[in-house]
Amino acid sequence: MHLHGIDYAILALYFVFVLGIGAALKRFMKTSLDFFESGRSLAAWITGLAFISANLGAQEVIGMAASGAKYGIMTSHFYWLGAIPAMIFVGVFMMPFYYGSRAHSVPEYLRLRFDEKTRALNAVSFAVMTLFSSGISMYVMGRLFQLLLGWDINVSIVVSAVVVLVYILLGGLTSSIYNEVLQFFLIVFGFLPLAFVGLLNAGGWDGLQTRLSTVATDAGYAAGAWTQSWQHLGSPAANPMGVEWFGMAMGLGFVLSFGYWCTDFLVIQRAMAAKSMNAARRTPLLAAIPKMIFPFLVILPGMIAIAILPKSAFVFNGATDYNMAMPLMLQKFYPPGLLGLGLTALVASFMSGMAGNVTAFNTVWTYDIYKPYLRSHGTDAHYMWMGRMATVFGTLASVATAYVAMRFGNIMDLLQLVFSFINAPLFATFLLGMFWARATANGAFWGLLSGTGAAAVHYAMTGVGAAAMSKLHAYPSDMAQNFWGAIWAWSACFVVTIVISLVTAPRRSEDLKGLVYSLTPRIREDEQAWYRRPAVLAVVVGVAAIVLNIYFW
Amino acid sequence: MQLDVRLPIGLLFAVLGLLLTGYGLLGDPAVYQVSLGINVNLWTGVGMLAFGAFMLGGAWLRTR
Repeated sequence: MHLHGIDYAILALYFVFVLGIGAALKRFMKTSLDFFESGRSLAAWITGLAFISANLGAQEVIGMAASGAKYGIMTSHFYWLGAIPAMIFVGVFMMPFYYGSRAHSVPEYLRLRFDEKTRALNAVSFAVMTLFSSGISMYVMGRLFQLLLGWDINVSIVVSAVVVLVYILLGGLTSSIYNEVLQFFLIVFGFLPLAFVGLLNAGGWDGLQTRLSTVATDAGYAAGAWTQSWQHLGSPAANPMGVEWFGMAMGLGFVLSFGYWCTDFLVIQRAMAAKSMNAARRTPLLAAIPKMIFPFLVILPGMIAIAILPKSAFVFNGATDYNMAMPLMLQKFYPPGLLGLGLTALVASFMSGMAGNVTAFNTVWTYDIYKPYLRSHGTDAHYMWMGRMATVFGTLASVATAYVAMRFGNIMDLLQLVFSFINAPLFATFLLGMFWARATANGAFWGLLSGTGAAAVHYAMTGVGAAAMSKLHAYPSDMAQNFWGAIWAWSACFVVTIVISLVTAPRRSEDLKGLVYSLTPRIREDEQAWYRRPAVLAVVVGVAAIVLNIYFW
Repeated sequence: MQLDVRLPIGLLFAVLGLLLTGYGLLGDPAVYQVSLGINVNLWTGVGMLAFGAFMLGGAWLRTR
């Protein structure tokens, strides 16, 4: 791929604005509330766009296009099944407790609801995990640009780290959120023409369907396997993902999706920066609208790539790499100018993914680790200073992680696996905590550990394909194993939390006010205009998601 | 009080929109062979310019 002057000009302008936003926000950063929570002052559409953009790292843009090429339209389950229902649930039912309790963070909610040890467990694992993911993201970016443009990987990593560091130091969470909103629009304008021109080239949706039916039959599946999302979920052998409908719906649609969207502080933090309870609740609901449309921007180009490019185009150094689907499409269809915009959108999504992780890290570190365990009676200015130090440390640790990933790929795979064990049971704890007043601190703590244990045991005892002969059970694919592991972990956590809660002493119900559904007065939104009511938005978004599922059934 | 997010976004999109529109109008049309003969820079540029103006307009209305 070769870049022209205009492409560099676009990229340079983006960098100027990113840093400019940080500089312009500096004078608004007066207290720790401004720095960590944007003063709880942002409008719902801003936090809503940040809510999905923080999640829309470039791994998603690259990875979802790759999945589109590899699995076809079934990839949309990560959106229409694996995101929208959970986003509706968190907005309607859970946000009142996150925003309404005096908690600064998700781990702090766990302390208010349960106890110190449950919070510590969640805070420490989350903090490590965010640094890890931002490091991985940096590494992936560096490698991609090295492969595509021949840019030095060290330069990519250092430049992106420095830019992110500077704009967070200057503008805190607000800087990160504003840049996420900016990135959202860059992704839309940068990738919409690609989907359009690509679809035109493939002969529209009908033409694409015809071409993909050849791809499907060549791979040994029914003709519609790449263009129908539910039809081929009857048995794992009938679809390229190797999953059946129950594992898909429960594993991805329930456990993994709710575990991420409803408990991950990276996204919840965006909603908590909203200016009112109503705005906080509308954040995930408004975010669901563009989230529903993203498959057309990120999955469709991948599907087009596999339909129109020869198989050999995906082979790099002798191995098939579907991650190149999106870059290959940019290369094929974009002239200079738009190519710069597309690349800038990619750079933006890498950087905002990184910044999202760093801001979530500095908040959890300061409020949930430093303040309770290391120095509990500091001044506000001290904690703000600490937040900035944590930003520096977090960025440095991310860079270090990126280099570890570069040298020891398998250590990273192992860590990623361990994190999936930790995350899988989380939603059971929050569900019981918020909707069952009888759930106790010991129940939650041991439930979480049992869930993580169950995930690890499940992983050890099962395997994938023919290599798993000696194991207790063989799954048809990695994805099936992953989904079912999550189901086991969630169930173990759910059952153990209930059993231990029943044999330990409950907390007084006065202490649980504002933390548990049955003990909290309902929020009345009647005085809001109808389009601002979370319940109305939830129904609209829910119906739209159902229609999309049926249309591409 | 915060900086209105529409200000920097509107400005960046207006500038990028102008740049792409100008490039689409004045640049060599041969480069659009890859995009099926469609002048994608011009169209995207006009879209970004309109969006930038819309954002700036929103920011301006609020300060009035």
